[in-house]
Amino acid sequence: MTKEEKYALANRVIDHALESGAQQVKVIINHNQSNNISIREEKIENLEQSIERGMRIYLFVDNKYSVHSTNRLDNRRELNKFISEAIESTKYLAEDEYRSLPEPGLYYKGNGPDLKTCDNGFKSIDPQQKIYSAFAVEKEVLGQDERIISVTASYDDGMSDTVMVTSNGFEGDRSNTYYSLSASVSVKEGDARPGDYWYDSSVFYNQLEKKGIGKKALERALKKLGQGKIESANMPMIIENRLAGQSLAPLVQALNGSAIQQKNSFLIDMLGEKVGSDKLDLVDDPFIISGRGSGLFDNEGLALKKRTVFEKGVLKSYYIDTYYGKKLGMDPTSGITTNLVLKPGDRNLEEMIASLDKGILVTGFNGGNANGSTGDFSYGIDGFLIKKGKIVKPVSEMNITGNMLKLFKNLAEVGNDVYKDAAWRSPSLLFNNVSFSGL
Amino acid sequence: MNFNRRNFLITSGAAMAGTIIIPPFLESCSSQKISPDVKNYLEHFQMTTDILGKIISGAMSKGGDYADLFFEHRISNNISLQDGKVNSAGSNIDYGVGIRVLKGDQTGFAYSESMDTESMLDAAKMAASIASVRGAFNNDIFSEKVPSDYYSIKTTWEDVSVKDKVPFVQNINDKIFSLDEKVIKVNAFLSDETSYVLFYNSDGRLSYDYRPLASFGAVCIMQKGKQIENSYSARSYRKGFEWLSEELVDEIAKEAVDRTNLLFEATKPKAGEMPVILGAGGSGILLHEAIGHAFEADFNRKKTSIFSDKMGKRVAENFINIIDDGTLINNRGSLNIDDEGNDVKKTYMVKDGVLNSYIHDRISSQYYNVEPTGNGRRQSYQYIPQPRMRSTYMEPGPHTKEEILAEVDYGVYVDNFSNGQVKIGAGDFTFFVKSGYLVEKGKLTEPIKDINIVGNGPQALSDISMAADDYKTDNGTWMCGKGGQSVPVTMGLPTVLVKKLTVGGINT
Repeated sequence: MTKEEKYALANRVIDHALESGAQQVKVIINHNQSNNISIREEKIENLEQSIERGMRIYLFVDNKYSVHSTNRLDNRRELNKFISEAIESTKYLAEDEYRSLPEPGLYYKGNGPDLKTCDNGFKSIDPQQKIYSAFAVEKEVLGQDERIISVTASYDDGMSDTVMVTSNGFEGDRSNTYYSLSASVSVKEGDARPGDYWYDSSVFYNQLEKKGIGKKALERALKKLGQGKIESANMPMIIENRLAGQSLAPLVQALNGSAIQQKNSFLIDMLGEKVGSDKLDLVDDPFIISGRGSGLFDNEGLALKKRTVFEKGVLKSYYIDTYYGKKLGMDPTSGITTNLVLKPGDRNLEEMIASLDKGILVTGFNGGNANGSTGDFSYGIDGFLIKKGKIVKPVSEMNITGNMLKLFKNLAEVGNDVYKDAAWRSPSLLFNNVSFSGL
Repeated sequence: MNFNRRNFLITSGAAMAGTIIIPPFLESCSSQKISPDVKNYLEHFQMTTDILGKIISGAMSKGGDYADLFFEHRISNNISLQDGKVNSAGSNIDYGVGIRVLKGDQTGFAYSESMDTESMLDAAKMAASIASVRGAFNNDIFSEKVPSDYYSIKTTWEDVSVKDKVPFVQNINDKIFSLDEKVIKVNAFLSDETSYVLFYNSDGRLSYDYRPLASFGAVCIMQKGKQIENSYSARSYRKGFEWLSEELVDEIAKEAVDRTNLLFEATKPKAGEMPVILGAGGSGILLHEAIGHAFEADFNRKKTSIFSDKMGKRVAENFINIIDDGTLINNRGSLNIDDEGNDVKKTYMVKDGVLNSYIHDRISSQYYNVEPTGNGRRQSYQYIPQPRMRSTYMEPGPHTKEEILAEVDYGVYVDNFSNGQVKIGAGDFTFFVKSGYLVEKGKLTEPIKDINIVGNGPQALSDISMAADDYKTDNGTWMCGKGGQSVPVTMGLPTVLVKKLTVGGINT
């Protein structure tokens, strides 16, 4: 389906829904394609291709609200029947006066900059080249160490096209591409078979790092041999940049309009309050060129803006969409995160490690969760014990336990090694006085 | 379920995502004898045996060893309540065919969301390219496999309207508010799903399944002074609309309120290793994470599981029997045929303390030269099958809960969980405890909450020193994720004692 055909279909669906009893309608049409190639034992293990299309229809009927989706787009009669039935069934719901499309004045109006989120050469890349690049990743590892028991190398890519139209004046589309090469390696010594992985990803094929991925995965797996738990204690914790973004998740979830209105947040009524240490400087920037979370409008069509979320630990902004904005009596700010950028500090990971007398470098999470209402958390971790500024031993089978507010008050240092392959861009982070459970 | 064909052609104006695929009544020109049941499914997907043969031949055209077609039509509905009213609903239709070709242990896979022969042949050719020899394959074998009947229902979800469902969700809200003055919010939901599956492979096996699945639950949010806490309760089964009742509403409401209430007084235990008593029911998460994933045969075939060379060896006390079962009546994890068209079995993974069987998909059962166990599952037609759990549980043991409690001087008792995870090779697994109790001198004392427990699979299994006679299945809304695919599962356990696990907590 071409972009024009998607717009035409979306508009036809909106017309049909309005004629059938809806007062407002939003339609999103997605078209995704992806390829996965995985290599094991010098053979292709999996060769997968996926092409999917789907439509989501948001209905506002007599102050009642429902959302419907289908991948059956070709038969007009069937699609019309699907929509008519959806509208009829919506009428059985309770009224919800807060449901409506956004104010048209807040919509993105077009003419934004090119954020370079789509590689237009996506379809012209030679499939053989993709396969070779995955074989090359495996080759870096094979035969490099006798403790290797399994190596899997993967090439993945994907392209998604989205068109969104609302009945009160929004029309917009976007296209995204991604490429990734990864390796996962298992090694063995005694009974334990620890493994680790490494990958690179990019928006443009020619920016994909194709060398060193297998080697790095092997290195990381080998370093884990002999891992085990150590005595429970309170210690400083460094979280490696690749994982550090995850540590922000409970904090960011607590800023969501839905969490605040449903009392499932530990940051209710905290706007303007200091909730973290001075080192917590977090900006939401939708306009980073080729950023993984970059965009000009959100899932409602609201024009995105760059904004400060935390400044020197002070909470500056919630994530409020149209619906929860109305319920809370707050102006919508967009309910989605784009690129979250933590302001980098001065030192790199090695310097941060060297600065610790005793502590743990966390390089992997293993399960765990956080309580949305209270911020209490407990996560499984593995990583390395640091003593007198040096890594001395791999640790595993341990937990960190505490409260998110206390944790971010104890944020002592932010590294300068910003991890750029994710929408949440964090450098390595150092927290003081974290409770580790082990022996 | 041998449903009446009428059922899936009718669309009541009120059913939300009713079945509205309009079959063109194709008649097969093939002379194959096809039962009325299979014929219904063929018509449902606008297929004939001739077209099936053509697609499978396309899939085998480059010399594959084996190919299969997995047609699926899934209709999902949900309604939900916030701020006292059932004020949101949704529905989804997903329809397509996954085409897989195997060459040894290599897999080629593609799918088509369109049932026109041309699109399906394109996908078949893409999947075929895992093999590279030109080969001719003519398929005209159709050998029907009649599926089991583990989840027959009375009233299909397709025949029920939003209007019929709303009162149950409203009632659960009202019930929760009536049970405790501290309740400030309730989020409640009811979701249902109906899948039609048609399966055909290059061996000629032709089968089908009708899979209902429904989930009903609520989050209860309470406030006491400044403290706000919430907890969740839900049930999920392969049952029809007749499942919903006032008793069920009461059961879920009471559990959600009780679980939330417990949290106001809860503290955290000391950090470190200690005995852990796993309460009957949801504690089956221990089996799922510590053992179940590591027994999935793909990890063992690739030697990446910590249990890879333990087959036939003693891994636990001799009173321990651990089962993965796809045959439980109306269970969320049960299947009439697995997603590779195989019979679904009750599989003893550990029998009398000895590792007895891995759980297999087609590739691994051929690798190990064993009968398939019916564990080949996929999230949908868009994914390749993998060895996956169904309902994973331990049979009752020789002890009592009282005897187990009496063994513990200081430890924790846990019975309410939200999630878990495992690292297959290292064997390290975790599960997150929403609530439980401290055990001091053989007695349950203070409540505890929000702690992660971590252990190592083989060690934890051999550290199970007692198992009680009070077995319970947890019929909650458990989803199991692996390799980017989610499938519904359940779990169960009698009360057991694990000599030591590392408990997240406070260092004093």
